Amino acid sequence: MKSEARIAYLFAMPWILGFLTFLLYPVMASFFYSFTDFSVLRPPRFIGLENYKEMVQDEVFWMTIRNTFTYVVAAVPLSATVAIILAMLLNTKVKGLAFYRTLFYVPSLVPMVALGILWLWIFNGEHGLLNMSLEKLGMSKPPNWLGDPAWSKVTLVLIAMWGSGNAMVIYLAGLQDIPQSLYEAADLDGARLVAKTRHVTLPMLSPVILFNVIMGMIGALQVFAVPYVMFPNGAPARSTYFFTTYLFDNAFRFQRMGYASAMGWVLFLITLTLTFVALRLSERQVHYDRS
Amino acid sequence: MKQKKFSLATVHIVLIVLSLIFVSPLLWMVTTAIKPIEETMTATPTLLPSKFLWDNFPKAVTYGSKELGYIPFLLYARNTLMVTLLCVAGSVCSNAVVAYAFARLRWPGRDFFFAVTLATMMVPFPVLMVPTFGLFKWLGWVGSFRPLWVPAFFGSAFSIFLLRQFFRTIPMELSEAAKIDGCSEVRIFTDVLLPLAKPALAVVALFTFMGTWNDFMGPMIYLSDQETFTLSLGLQAYQSQHGGTQWNLLMAAATVVILPVIIVFFFAQKMFIQGIATSGLKG
Repeated sequence: MKSEARIAYLFAMPWILGFLTFLLYPVMASFFYSFTDFSVLRPPRFIGLENYKEMVQDEVFWMTIRNTFTYVVAAVPLSATVAIILAMLLNTKVKGLAFYRTLFYVPSLVPMVALGILWLWIFNGEHGLLNMSLEKLGMSKPPNWLGDPAWSKVTLVLIAMWGSGNAMVIYLAGLQDIPQSLYEAADLDGARLVAKTRHVTLPMLSPVILFNVIMGMIGALQVFAVPYVMFPNGAPARSTYFFTTYLFDNAFRFQRMGYASAMGWVLFLITLTLTFVALRLSERQVHYDRS
Repeated sequence: MKQKKFSLATVHIVLIVLSLIFVSPLLWMVTTAIKPIEETMTATPTLLPSKFLWDNFPKAVTYGSKELGYIPFLLYARNTLMVTLLCVAGSVCSNAVVAYAFARLRWPGRDFFFAVTLATMMVPFPVLMVPTFGLFKWLGWVGSFRPLWVPAFFGSAFSIFLLRQFFRTIPMELSEAAKIDGCSEVRIFTDVLLPLAKPALAVVALFTFMGTWNDFMGPMIYLSDQETFTLSLGLQAYQSQHGGTQWNLLMAAATVVILPVIIVFFFAQKMFIQGIATSGLKG
């Protein structure tokens, strides 16, 4: 028994070291840095709550919060909806499932930078595929997707929806786990598609939905690469300047690593709070199969 | 019965329309990549190019003059591949070993530490960014590839979780039988468990490959010398200097960056789908 424990610690050693070096240390250090004035050139100087006080009055900070929340509130539910609808369509025993699944999944494989560049071209106002198609369909003045602050976030949300193939695969696996007998029972009760979706499919899928929506939310709160590539400096009119972009700029462009650390901790707290709220709100809606 | 046939036909039509929407951006990218430049700028662009300029691919990704700033694709591909392969190797080795300790061995503090490990998945990367950068700066590693691959050798919570779940499905009796035969823990791990865990290890390798190949923020933080850029970073640099002018070449460059990922996916499709499904269902 004692020797088993000794061997076990040896086996676990890479992660024990990794956890201490790449998680515990950075988390604690950034907590400390958040109370300091710190750049690469100067050692950290303790300034108490100054960074947090400044944040409260920093208009750019609040703007990035608004931008990020708007994006999360739109992108997370919409891409979850697309993913669930695609999964339900594929779960109808339709022929060619693997083929369709591949087509829907491939977009989520595209590396972020290539993705951003690709969409710059599709959304291009003059020669882009999208506006060309819209004009063909009779829209005389299609939106200025990239240049109009009212549309830039819509653009990013549409891109997020295009990448819902990854979640679709998960939902599809969840749907395939639902016992067929439940649908047969619903059939006997004369339930139609809408009723079956509401009373069988969604409740049975709810734990998977909850988990994926929370993961999607955590990811969307950190949205960075695609807007960074597509909208330099948060253009147009800073409508795409997001929390993580501002944090990154503070850390590596403005050399304000203390302030960036404080922002990191705020992001951490927002993430924890939203996750907690999601778990609480869903307590009654989520159905856990206790078998 | 008739109604069922009708609705299946509807599903087919909806699926065909949707898949066209999903695929058309990628098709448009490829057709743009082989168009002559004039045809990307006309008022009424055509779906297919008048002539197929396959030349655009080598043009977009070979060493041009410094002013033109074409992407030195082979150099960046080599950089990316090196970092990616190191990460895959590190991730498979370290996570297998660690997950084994969590799944098959008893030691004080195991369950608590495992819960902590899972909780770390909630920590946003931006929180860790500044101190990690400071650490690598202190080590003198900024500007080298080491900050990008060394951490892979120390495990990651997600892969540990994935592999642990897999190891636990293997009956304990197998290990006990091997023990009676006089196998040490190390031998049980290398000779009994590892061969059985190949599919799960492949999933970890695959996810690591994708994650590293696609990583943008890491290289952007640590690499500043153009010679050391990865493909993502090189593509971004090219776009920010020449974006919006030569769309055909830009699309050609994007295509060759995407291509390896798609190829890997087609070879390992089944593994992918299963891996993603388990990672999202057992949470």
